[in-house]
Amino acid sequence: MDTSVIPVAEPETSEIVLSARNVAKIFGSIQALKGVNFDVRSGQVTALFGENGAGKSTLMKILSGVYKPTSGTIILDGNPIEFDSSTDARNHGISIIHQELSLAPNMTVRDNIFMGREIRTMKGVDFAEEERQCRLLLTELEENIDPRTKVEDLRLGQQQIVEIARALSVNSRILIMDEPTSALSASEVEVLFKVIRDLKAKGVSIVYISHHLEEALQITDHAVVLRDGNMTAYAPREDIDLEWIVRHMVGEHFNLGSPPTGYPFGDVVLKVDEVTVADATGNQKLVDELSLDVRAGEIVCIYGLMGAGRTELLECLAGRLVARHGRVELNGRDITRTSIAERIAEGLVLVPEDRQRDGLVQTMTIGQNLSLANLRRLVRGLFTSKRLEREHVDNAIRRTTVKAGSPDHLIGSLSGGNQQKVVIGKMWSTNPKAILLDEPSRGIDIGAKAEVFRLLAEGAREGLAVLYTTSEVGECLSVAHRIIVMHKGKISAEFGSDVTKARIMAASGEAVVH
Amino acid sequence: MSSTDVSKMNPTAAKPKINIANLLIEGRAFGALLVIIIFFSLMSPNYLTISNLLIMSSHVAIYGILAIGMLLVILTGGIDLSVGSVLGLAGIIAGFLMQGVTFNAFGVILYPPVWAVTLMTLAFGAFLGSITGVLVAYLRVPSFVATLGILYVARGIALLITNGLTYNNLGGNETYGNTGFDWLGFNRLFGIPVSVIILALLAAIFGIILARSAFGRWIYATGGNQRAAELSGVPVPFVHICVYALSGMLSSVAGLVLSSQLTSAGPTAGFTYEMIAIAAVVIGGASLNGGRGNVRGTMLGAFVIGFLSDGLVIIGVSAYWQTVFTGAVIVLAVLLNSLQYGGKRL
Repeated sequence: MDTSVIPVAEPETSEIVLSARNVAKIFGSIQALKGVNFDVRSGQVTALFGENGAGKSTLMKILSGVYKPTSGTIILDGNPIEFDSSTDARNHGISIIHQELSLAPNMTVRDNIFMGREIRTMKGVDFAEEERQCRLLLTELEENIDPRTKVEDLRLGQQQIVEIARALSVNSRILIMDEPTSALSASEVEVLFKVIRDLKAKGVSIVYISHHLEEALQITDHAVVLRDGNMTAYAPREDIDLEWIVRHMVGEHFNLGSPPTGYPFGDVVLKVDEVTVADATGNQKLVDELSLDVRAGEIVCIYGLMGAGRTELLECLAGRLVARHGRVELNGRDITRTSIAERIAEGLVLVPEDRQRDGLVQTMTIGQNLSLANLRRLVRGLFTSKRLEREHVDNAIRRTTVKAGSPDHLIGSLSGGNQQKVVIGKMWSTNPKAILLDEPSRGIDIGAKAEVFRLLAEGAREGLAVLYTTSEVGECLSVAHRIIVMHKGKISAEFGSDVTKARIMAASGEAVVH
Repeated sequence: MSSTDVSKMNPTAAKPKINIANLLIEGRAFGALLVIIIFFSLMSPNYLTISNLLIMSSHVAIYGILAIGMLLVILTGGIDLSVGSVLGLAGIIAGFLMQGVTFNAFGVILYPPVWAVTLMTLAFGAFLGSITGVLVAYLRVPSFVATLGILYVARGIALLITNGLTYNNLGGNETYGNTGFDWLGFNRLFGIPVSVIILALLAAIFGIILARSAFGRWIYATGGNQRAAELSGVPVPFVHICVYALSGMLSSVAGLVLSSQLTSAGPTAGFTYEMIAIAAVVIGGASLNGGRGNVRGTMLGAFVIGFLSDGLVIIGVSAYWQTVFTGAVIVLAVLLNSLQYGGKRL
């Protein structure tokens, strides 16, 4: 069924519990939402699709009382309502699992789940009762976590489970899940879906947002697509497929490219020999005697789940983490003992996974961020040359197709995808021999993703050795010549670019979800 | 939703708008200075005279020099609580050297010339600072704690050396060839006190370093996002050690200037000056989170504090009220900072 007509989302069989009518939201000069209608149906899952910046999170924050709409109304059970705060919305039975974890890492699971609504008695907080309820919740989520564990001691996926448990613990009627599965393994996702089905059976309405389109399709009853702050499509599950969503999200057909061909690979540029990285306590091996090499012009993809050791491997190669043993060679030179700066000078650079935390200096402009890794080469006499820096920045912007009004604007004025291009551009402009990219597509939209992969293909064609990681199978099968699957710090399989998704997922230790 | 595509925005929208509210916030330190000067000029005919302005400026010089060092540290996201104590200790070291160093084994008393005293004092300040730097950069001690430790240690050493007394005779002696120490504090070049000229020179030098050199950019990057700076090849430990060493050295400069102005060096000199230096930096618009601020603002901040407290003295307000006013100005400055950085944590 074609639903390209601008839909009004008329009620069908089930009752609408919460709806947004003509909701618009303006931040300064940016219009994040331009009059959106959105309905949540009782006891059903509504999935919300859209690229980054389409307005999904803004809409959800309005529905959950975090933001107030600039115009438009929210209707709860048929009556217009205004939420003063997220607590107010929670009291009306609406709770939200935020995309960014909002847990206090220094506190226990129990304290986090009951934060702000501690069970108070005359004798203080009833910790035993809190603990009992925690255990129930966690059992339901099939997660064996002691409620007295500190959140910082949990791995990311478990922290996400705690976040979910907290949202479940308030017994809301409407539960908004903004990217709840980004750190979960396939089996954990399965459990979450089971919980969602249980909740549905109890009459809880769910709004589900995810970048994993296939995953969301498994669980949803309705799909709504946002693009640039407008609702572009609505349809019940039985009428849609993946292609329909992508078409309405990006407005055109998309693919992430194919491996560049038609040139021979050069010599081995990056050689990793039995590298081991241990965690902070030194007991656990995060990377376990791993060896690989990447040739000039070759693009290698490392696929693995969260916690497989991908990030640690790349951070060790870049010089941030110390290898307990093993050797790293660049163009035949041993660089195992060198600093980050020396490795950059030698031609080995890392584009980190978390661009806010590790990639960008938020207090600086776009241009200053782009030249940061290259300042030494821009010095003439005592000072950096303004002319050289400007040339350098202009080149980097052109090369990575950053869409910026001016390089003098603050980095925060850019969209996620363009910020990512700045991080890539910064490292790329040091003229590296080998570039490591940790989840280069994390949190950026499909359009920007395609451009990032196009850049990698271009670089490889010019003789760059490229090593990137991903946790989305679809991205392995884009520009990579070779796909390495990592599982618990070791390489569990290696494939050519003709492999199937199912085989990659099987090798990563994921149950094949289908 | 995290952000929006800038390409779709009106390209002029992100340019700084000429609007009165923004202008008031951006130029607040300058505005405050103007208000202070106008107010006290109306209150006292002696306030706005060249000679008074120069005298007040020579007072500001001490705070200003300390504040430059403090700014460097604050830009990297740290704080240096030791500047006041290091200032005091630097004066004592200089005084100690000026009295002559006795070598009992050879039965001689060595009187180092003033230039040597100056160099040794500066080196000592830089050395103390680099200790803090190593603590912060390699041993991951929070700068607040590391410099708090140095604050006590330096003050204690100053008291130990002098036994709590004051070196009164810093004039030197013709026969020993170590005269001229008072030049820093008393002399004038082209009618301007040497201390003010030193402040202006240091401000110019560090202003240019911050704005134009790679090292300056490294300081801003370290304070803005240390992890990102590291991964971009910025030698973060080196930057840390340098800023604390520079702050220590600048504290010594201030210590020399102060003891020269007083021609005496007491072990309690510079007590609580670190707070004035921090206030000057904050009034000048720097963010205590690091990464934001500049020398121009910090200088304005130092002048705001100096001109305000001297003005209050001139119109005869009690010292107790001065303290209250200074505090109020600082709180106001921080409020305006949080307005400017729009909700981001300071």
